[in-house]
Amino acid sequence: MTGISETLQHPSIGTGALVAVLGYAVVFLGICMLLVVVTIMGKVMVNSQKKAAAKAAAVPAAPAPAPVSAPAAKGTAGELKLYDTDPRDAALIMAIVAHKLGKPINELRFRSIREVKEK
Amino acid sequence: MNILETLGKLASESGFAGFLAAGGWKNLIMIAISCVLLYLGIVKKFEPLLLVGIAFGCLLTNLPGAGMYHLDMWDAYVAGTPYTTEAGEVIEHLTFTTVLHEGGLLDIFYIGVKVGLYPSLIFLGVGAMTDFGPLLAYPKSLLLGAAAQLGVFVAFFGAIMLGFTGPEAASIGIIGGADGPTALLLTAMLAPQLLGPIAISAYSYMALIPMIQPPIMKFMTTPAMRQVKMEQRREVSKTEKIIFPIVVAGFVILLLPSTAPLIGCLMFGNLLRECGVTDRLSDTAQNAMMNIVTIFLATSVGATMVAERFLSFNTIKIIILGLVAFAISTAGGLIGGRIMYRTSGGKINPLIGSAGVSAVPMAARVSQDVGRKYNKTNYLLMHAMGPNVAGVIGSAIAAGFLLSVFGG
Repeated sequence: MTGISETLQHPSIGTGALVAVLGYAVVFLGICMLLVVVTIMGKVMVNSQKKAAAKAAAVPAAPAPAPVSAPAAKGTAGELKLYDTDPRDAALIMAIVAHKLGKPINELRFRSIREVKEK
Repeated sequence: MNILETLGKLASESGFAGFLAAGGWKNLIMIAISCVLLYLGIVKKFEPLLLVGIAFGCLLTNLPGAGMYHLDMWDAYVAGTPYTTEAGEVIEHLTFTTVLHEGGLLDIFYIGVKVGLYPSLIFLGVGAMTDFGPLLAYPKSLLLGAAAQLGVFVAFFGAIMLGFTGPEAASIGIIGGADGPTALLLTAMLAPQLLGPIAISAYSYMALIPMIQPPIMKFMTTPAMRQVKMEQRREVSKTEKIIFPIVVAGFVILLLPSTAPLIGCLMFGNLLRECGVTDRLSDTAQNAMMNIVTIFLATSVGATMVAERFLSFNTIKIIILGLVAFAISTAGGLIGGRIMYRTSGGKINPLIGSAGVSAVPMAARVSQDVGRKYNKTNYLLMHAMGPNVAGVIGSAIAAGFLLSVFGG
């Protein structure tokens, strides 16, 4: 390696020991300084999080909005009453009827679906 | 056309004839060594991603006549002396352009090592893979990353005692940082002639960490210490994780400007990971880029294992000093762990100290495994990750110091 003094190119045992001790000290110094920076950064972050949480808690909770029933979709024909019928079966029946009639399901009006029980 | 003469010429020019030439037997030994390294990488799975490439680079460079890597050219480049090409042309001042014209494929790959490109890019990938959360949750673990650099400076001193020059000793010492890219960067800058043995030593011992560390951990801690269960640390916010790489890059580079390539790339990679808007770049840094660079790095480092340089007593000394460096770094981290155990009133398990050597995440896993051996309900992994990633920063600072002292 060029550009360094002969003392460092071929260091004596004393110089080597000095460089070793100095190097370890520099690593510790650098890390200690970084530790201070990271600790301060962490504290600032934790405090700002606490402040944000306290602010959120201080604001009174807004009253829950009254439940508003969703407007019926265009063409929806009101509520369907089911008698002894599973909703899944009812959905299937309505889909089949719409398919057979060749009309979109939301243009049809189903008032009720009742299971006809055989006696 | 004289057929016999032609065949004779072909035979004398073939690589096989090279084995019979003066010193050709050394190439055979190096090929055998490359086969051993391939066996260790492929069968024993010792750091295979690097060792396989290094071994293959070693094989290629030692095939007579292949001309893929020219040791004499790089020696002339480092010394600044004239270089005579195979065609007999004398080049007064070698430059990378000359290398591109006159060099082999591995010479061209090696430019990336020489300028410190590959180690820096590897650090970019490492940064993108690293979660600094455990370190941020418990910043004091940074101290363990510093303590575990003890082996670097003890091995440096040992190398001086064994007659190595200052820059060579610095390159050998950094093996104790247990950080391959850092060791390669420093060696390529300070003592490129030792790149092969130092790379082999560093990566072999990193692979052997599960065997090297546990006996030292048991020797330096008591059973009661090993059983300590550590408290869960605080949650680290996303904002903190984003600010951290920016602060560390700025701070450490201002403190030690020579660490800029390593720390800059490490923290940039980490920012890509944490900022949340560069997922594609983070993914590329962690996977595609890392894999490509690993191929170039490993083969070009393997190429430096030229018989006439590698087969020397210095290689044996480096292998031994590397082991000393690893062992003492582990011990240094454990001493730091014991001090923290005392000062915290027994709340810190000193086993996490050994993870301060920066072999991420292998060293942290060893802390976890040894801890669980003594307390089945103990999970030290996340606690050990703090010192582990701190070790990466610590070894980069150590390398920066050595570079600023011996780099001229």
